[in-house]
Amino acid sequence: MVTFQEISPADFFYRNRDIVGFTNPSRAVFVSIRELVENSLDSADQLNVPPEVYVRLSEEDGVTSTTESSNGVYRLMIMDNGSGISARHIPSAFGQVLFGSNYKLKQARGTFGLGGTMAILYGQITTHKPVLIRSSTGGSKIYEFKLMIDIQRNRPIILDRKTRRNKENWRGTIVEYSLEGDYYRAMSKILEYLKQTALVTPYADIRFVDPKGRLYMFTRATTKMPPPPTETLAHPYGVDVETLQRLIRVTDCRNLLAFMRKHFHRVGQGTSLSFLDFAGFIRTPDPKRLKPEDAARLVETINKSKKFRNFFGSVSEEQIKGLLKKTKSQNMFDFMKSSFPNVDRTIIFRLLAAAGFVRTKNPKKLKPNEIVKLVRMMKQFTDFLPPDASCLSPLGEDLLKTGILKELEPEFIAVSQRKPSTYAGHPFIVETAIAYGGNIPKKDDIIVYRFANKIPLLYDEASDVSVRVIRSINWRRYKVTSGMPLAILVHLCSTKVPYKTVGKEFIADRPEVKSEILNGIREVARRLQMFLAKREHVAKEKRRLSVFSKYLPKIARFSTDLAGKSEEPDIELLLKSVMKYEEQGD
Amino acid sequence: MKSKETECSAKKKKEEVLKDLRGFGSNLYGQMENGKFPWVEMPSRSTENIFYSPDVRQYILGEKSVKRTARNIRHIKPFTQMVWAGFFASELVKNRKTSTLRDVYYSAQAYEMTFKDQPESNNILTDLETATGFAREDFNIFPEERSALFGDLTIEYTVPGYEGKQLNMTSHPDGVMIGPSVVSAEFAKTGCDKVIAIEKGGLFTRFIEERVHEKFNALIVLTAGQAPRATRHFLNRLNRELDLPVYIFTDGDPWGMHIAMVIISGSANAAHLRGLTTPDAKWGGVYATDIVDYKLPSDPLTDVDIKRLHELEKDPRYKGELWKREIKTFLKIKKKAEQEAFSRYGLTYIVDKYLPAKLEEMSD
Repeated sequence: MVTFQEISPADFFYRNRDIVGFTNPSRAVFVSIRELVENSLDSADQLNVPPEVYVRLSEEDGVTSTTESSNGVYRLMIMDNGSGISARHIPSAFGQVLFGSNYKLKQARGTFGLGGTMAILYGQITTHKPVLIRSSTGGSKIYEFKLMIDIQRNRPIILDRKTRRNKENWRGTIVEYSLEGDYYRAMSKILEYLKQTALVTPYADIRFVDPKGRLYMFTRATTKMPPPPTETLAHPYGVDVETLQRLIRVTDCRNLLAFMRKHFHRVGQGTSLSFLDFAGFIRTPDPKRLKPEDAARLVETINKSKKFRNFFGSVSEEQIKGLLKKTKSQNMFDFMKSSFPNVDRTIIFRLLAAAGFVRTKNPKKLKPNEIVKLVRMMKQFTDFLPPDASCLSPLGEDLLKTGILKELEPEFIAVSQRKPSTYAGHPFIVETAIAYGGNIPKKDDIIVYRFANKIPLLYDEASDVSVRVIRSINWRRYKVTSGMPLAILVHLCSTKVPYKTVGKEFIADRPEVKSEILNGIREVARRLQMFLAKREHVAKEKRRLSVFSKYLPKIARFSTDLAGKSEEPDIELLLKSVMKYEEQGD
Repeated sequence: MKSKETECSAKKKKEEVLKDLRGFGSNLYGQMENGKFPWVEMPSRSTENIFYSPDVRQYILGEKSVKRTARNIRHIKPFTQMVWAGFFASELVKNRKTSTLRDVYYSAQAYEMTFKDQPESNNILTDLETATGFAREDFNIFPEERSALFGDLTIEYTVPGYEGKQLNMTSHPDGVMIGPSVVSAEFAKTGCDKVIAIEKGGLFTRFIEERVHEKFNALIVLTAGQAPRATRHFLNRLNRELDLPVYIFTDGDPWGMHIAMVIISGSANAAHLRGLTTPDAKWGGVYATDIVDYKLPSDPLTDVDIKRLHELEKDPRYKGELWKREIKTFLKIKKKAEQEAFSRYGLTYIVDKYLPAKLEEMSD
């Protein structure tokens, strides 16, 4: 007999921890640090405060760091200066999977409210020890919780809870717990991750003390922060049946017209009307059953508004009533359309809506097949306005430059921020940069730094869209040759980054995203080309001068001797003119 | 004889060379003083500017000229090298020192004037020859010596330490090397009435042993293969200054034929120079017809030999009756023979029989 049993999200992730990145002990340490650092940065970003993150990883026991395999138990502590979490949310935020602050649609590092709790869950699974949370929102108290997760029920278990006085007005969160892992194998990735995070977050102070007691400091280069993103509603193109059902569950709108306006991004009365018309979700009453006061209201609505008067002309009640008597139309829309054939559908709907003749269903009463139809029609309707990018928080060209200069100290740098664009209803912005020389090592291949929503992507480089784009470019056209100290940075900001996996490692080939990345890289590559061409020119100029200054004095000397003169001719002017000629030649 | 007069001519030559080099330097000096990049103009030595002149009876350069200027980044290095070469030549002539092409290549390094390789430095010297009109031998720069002479000619040295000293060219049984001191020497007196130039060292020794110089009253010159320029110049002087007819004996193949031709009409490489040819000199064999007439032991012509013969057929220097006939005969019999081939009739046959017959044939 087959038994069915519901499992909680915590249980699900406990059984499938591979898909969120906890594949092995070294990867587990890396992912744990990454998830918690990202939560900390998000938390400070939301408050618009330059983040300060302190990470300490220490050996707890069983670690034999002298041997090759340093698998053991570590204590991880992360402290930030973020918004802090109010006491009543602390247990859920850290003891319940899929509870998070990132519900709404705006750009943030974390998306599923999953990472931080997963890290703690992993710690609990491997060491069976509770997590210690200390947090304050800056008020008079600091709350301290000792928690464990009830995996089967997806509920936090509070083991201990303390309240302290917040004498120094501290604000932030401290997370401390134990986990099994292999730091020494993960070390290079962790350091690379922190370095790239510092690059893309130049306004953050990040400090890391590793199990050997070594301190890695990534000091901020600026306190300027990118403008924080504003929350936005879902765009109809990006909505699926599940999302629509959730919205219906929470809405207090009584009809679809208002529902569309209230819950969707850039949908107003006009768009809402023409979409519902397109989707077949609008009804209008039978003109035959109109009451006299209804006709009067219609006439009044037309006459009251200058806009409607322009379309329909001035009409009298008698006129309308006369038309109503004669009409064979089944509904008010057809009646108006046949009476005023030259007026646009949308205008007629606007008028009917304004006069209260438009009926749409209560969203809560939609049947399942109607919900499916509504979602399908949303995808087919072409007149939705594209999403705007106010919900995004790109770094901006200045900060990007600051970050790169800070971490790579290149000789040349070019950055570019593309205009906002969309794919499948999700707005996105691509930022690109190219850096040459300085601390960038000479490699056969161009070094690629990939970021999505300010998160460095370190794994599966070869599958990433940016790397494919870079490989497709003919670099010789930009004077780039193999072995140059060259790095390219691609930063994709979106409310929904098209990751190919749950593990946030690489970005899928979306044509819209791909073409923006390509154009962004081309733009900075062109500027690199100009730089390289100029450098080449200057070098050539120097070589020329050195040739002339090597040989002209010799010609002067030998000719003087041959001619039997005692004084050599002055060749300074000739040497100067060599450079002048070149400048004129440009 | 003309000792006094010729001594003056050597001194005069030296002064002429120095004067010309001074002029070359003054010209560049003046250009620089006027704020100009120094430049020189000289005849082009590209193949399309080399013509055979029937009047002068040698290759000459045409009207085309090239301008070398220090303004041009590609010219400035060879230009400087040429000016240095001029300076170096003037030092040699002034101090009465001689030098070799190899020497020049190394000497340049003392002045931080590096030449990429020997051909580059040789080429720069040719530039200097073209620009000044003097041969490098006039600048006391000589190639490695390999040719020699023997016979009743007394020369008077002009080289330092030997000025006025005389030497008869029969003084040494192996012959005297035609080196810088012989080339620059004046002719004091001679009892010879002809010059016999031969290609190979073995035959040169045989001729001395068989006393050809006495029997035929001849000065014997060994060209040792293709005659060096100094030797060609020396033959020219023997012919011009002493009115001695010059007869040339080589192997019987296209290469031997050409050794004679270069002595007579010069080479395209030396089109910019005069005084290296002896237009009235005569080639005495071994002819292709000799191979037939004397029934000489022979080798078949190779493909390269035949290709060379076809080239010579088109060469303007080979217009003469004799040349045409011999080329045709070579191509017909497809055979070649060395000078030593006469030894099949005994070691002295060539001197006793062949040489008198040939000399008589040519003096007609």
